[in-house]
Amino acid sequence: MTASLWTRLSNPGHFLRWSGAAGPWLAGLSALTLGLGLYLSWFVAPPDYQQGETVRIMFIHVPAAWLGVFFYGSMTLSAIGTLVWRHPLADVAQRAAAPIGAAFTLVCLVTGSLWGKPMWGTYWVWDARLTSMLVLLLIYCGIIALWRTMEDPNRAARAVAILTLVGAVNLPIIKFSVNWWSTLHQPASILRMGGPTIDPSMLYPLLTMILAATILGVTLHLYAMRTEILRRRVRTLTIREAERLDAGAPTLVPAPAGAAPLGQAL
Amino acid sequence: MRLSVTNLAVRRSGRRIFAGLSFALGPGEALMVTGRNGAGKSTLLAVLAGRLKPDAGEVRVAEVGEASLPECLHVVGHRDGLKSALTAEENLAFARDLLGAPALAPAEALAEMGLAHALRLPVAYLSAGQRRRVALARLLVCRRPLWLLDEPTAALDTASQAVLAHLMARHRAGGGLVVAATHQGLGLADARELRIERPVPPAAGGPGDAAWDAAETVA
Amino acid sequence: MISAFRALVARDLTLAARVGGSGALSLVFFLMIVALVPFALGPDLNLLSRIGPAILWLAAVLATLIGLDRLFQADEEDGSLDLMTGAPAPLEVVVLAKVAAHWLTTGLPLALASPLFGLLVALDGTAMAATALTLLVGTPALTFVGAVGAALTASIRRGGLILAVLVLPLMIPTLIFGVSAAQSAIGGTVPFATPLTILAALSLIAAVVGTLAAAAALRWSE
Repeated sequence: MTASLWTRLSNPGHFLRWSGAAGPWLAGLSALTLGLGLYLSWFVAPPDYQQGETVRIMFIHVPAAWLGVFFYGSMTLSAIGTLVWRHPLADVAQRAAAPIGAAFTLVCLVTGSLWGKPMWGTYWVWDARLTSMLVLLLIYCGIIALWRTMEDPNRAARAVAILTLVGAVNLPIIKFSVNWWSTLHQPASILRMGGPTIDPSMLYPLLTMILAATILGVTLHLYAMRTEILRRRVRTLTIREAERLDAGAPTLVPAPAGAAPLGQAL
Repeated sequence: MRLSVTNLAVRRSGRRIFAGLSFALGPGEALMVTGRNGAGKSTLLAVLAGRLKPDAGEVRVAEVGEASLPECLHVVGHRDGLKSALTAEENLAFARDLLGAPALAPAEALAEMGLAHALRLPVAYLSAGQRRRVALARLLVCRRPLWLLDEPTAALDTASQAVLAHLMARHRAGGGLVVAATHQGLGLADARELRIERPVPPAAGGPGDAAWDAAETVA
Repeated sequence: MISAFRALVARDLTLAARVGGSGALSLVFFLMIVALVPFALGPDLNLLSRIGPAILWLAAVLATLIGLDRLFQADEEDGSLDLMTGAPAPLEVVVLAKVAAHWLTTGLPLALASPLFGLLVALDGTAMAATALTLLVGTPALTFVGAVGAALTASIRRGGLILAVLVLPLMIPTLIFGVSAAQSAIGGTVPFATPLTILAALSLIAAVVGTLAAAAALRWSE
């Protein structure tokens, strides 16, 4: 039952229909939760006794970091879908996810750097978390670049899926080595962001923001997938049109006698 | 060995190359693939060689034991697979070690192609026709039942074409198969012919129909 | 399968020797980067000897990229790759052989030449030996990671730049542990063996992941 439902939902034609219906609702929901989250984080959450008002950057920074990682995770799943099941929607999903994930990672880096200025006195510190996010952004850039250099979507899908999986294997290693490197070069006196010690008065606004950002990300992803499917349709239709015009060109001379045509292409 | 192809369809970059292609070949048989430029002759050979995945249909081999299709065929095509910096002998010896099933020594194979003098010459010094003959000598260095030849006579003079025709006849007499894409005749006696023609899409068909069709290709 | 492996390695080594391409060139490039650093930082030998291992490692990472784009592309262009896909040996063995040959002509000379270049940045004996050892252990990881990028970009014309963008982020862990091991040999809180063992582990992981991924990328690359 669930399998057949999944098959139906994931057929591109069906997908366009249900995502078209769900899109506005999701957009509305994300606007609502985002409004609530921003209200909570600006007006309800208290300023930090140490950091003052600048702590409010966290309410953007942490959700952005989460989504940057979240979209890489979803791309990894899509990559498996492309390579194992050769599902066309998986590669559409992956392609649509990459720029969104990269954008959220960039937002995380920019807000982190803005937060760093008052906290550390400088816009950039080679803090382990920020550095890991920077590497993640670089990997996103590589994936997007590889996609842009391959014209044929099918070939690009395979190549990008392989690269995504190699990156997924590497990301924990990178995280681990950056942590090692960071503890080696500077004392672990860095400001802890988030963490379980956070006060409930900040925790609930933060959780609301994370939820809002996730819904927003999923909504953006859905729309990006629709755009990608439509873009491929345009491409296919253009090729069809070229083929149709080409069919009017002069055709072959008749087959020589004696040779038996075995089969003919459609 | 037997080769059977059923209902083969290939798209490249979303473009339909051919569809519904079927044929079967038994021991000693040869197939000439003809059709105008861009009709998909090379694509068909690429599918048979296992370099390209078909979108539909299947290619089957029988009577070859456990070997998969790419392991029982030779490909000689536009790209000759020769390294310019290596001598003809080294190129052939490499192919023999890589592909296994050694038959003739590189020197003997080159002699058959009338290139005994080029044995120790780097391939870079050879003309296009000579390179093609070195590539064809690979057919003799390893024993493989199916020969896939893409325009094998390109750049060959009449004498070499006769040698090739003789080799193919001998290969077929020994139970081998030949599939050759060609513009001109190859001297393949009683070869069957497969003409690939450009697909003619349905002339009529509303935009809605076409849009649905396009969705299917994404599916 | 063994004979196919041997034939591939022998062929690639012969080609590298005859064409005189990437192997010697990456050594020259290595030397060039090491020579450029003092021009940027100033000829302060104390400073140079302190960051010497880092310079050598950075130069090694960049020098690995030289010639990497041709690793599979050359075979893809002239049709040799078709020959290899038709071989009874699995494509993974082909990849392993080609990467091994590539490492023998680029990574190994780098590691062997590094003590010599260490002189330029005033490394003492221990530091030189340690850096050479870390390069010996770590450059296979660089080559295998690079091979994935080379396989992915084999059919892209002018794939060199995109190759660098793809693989450099993935080389960061190797760089971190390579430099860290070399630094710890000349003083520091960490024992030499710890980062060196991790570096060896990284090379092994890269060998497995790199071989599988590169073979997957080459299969059906059309």
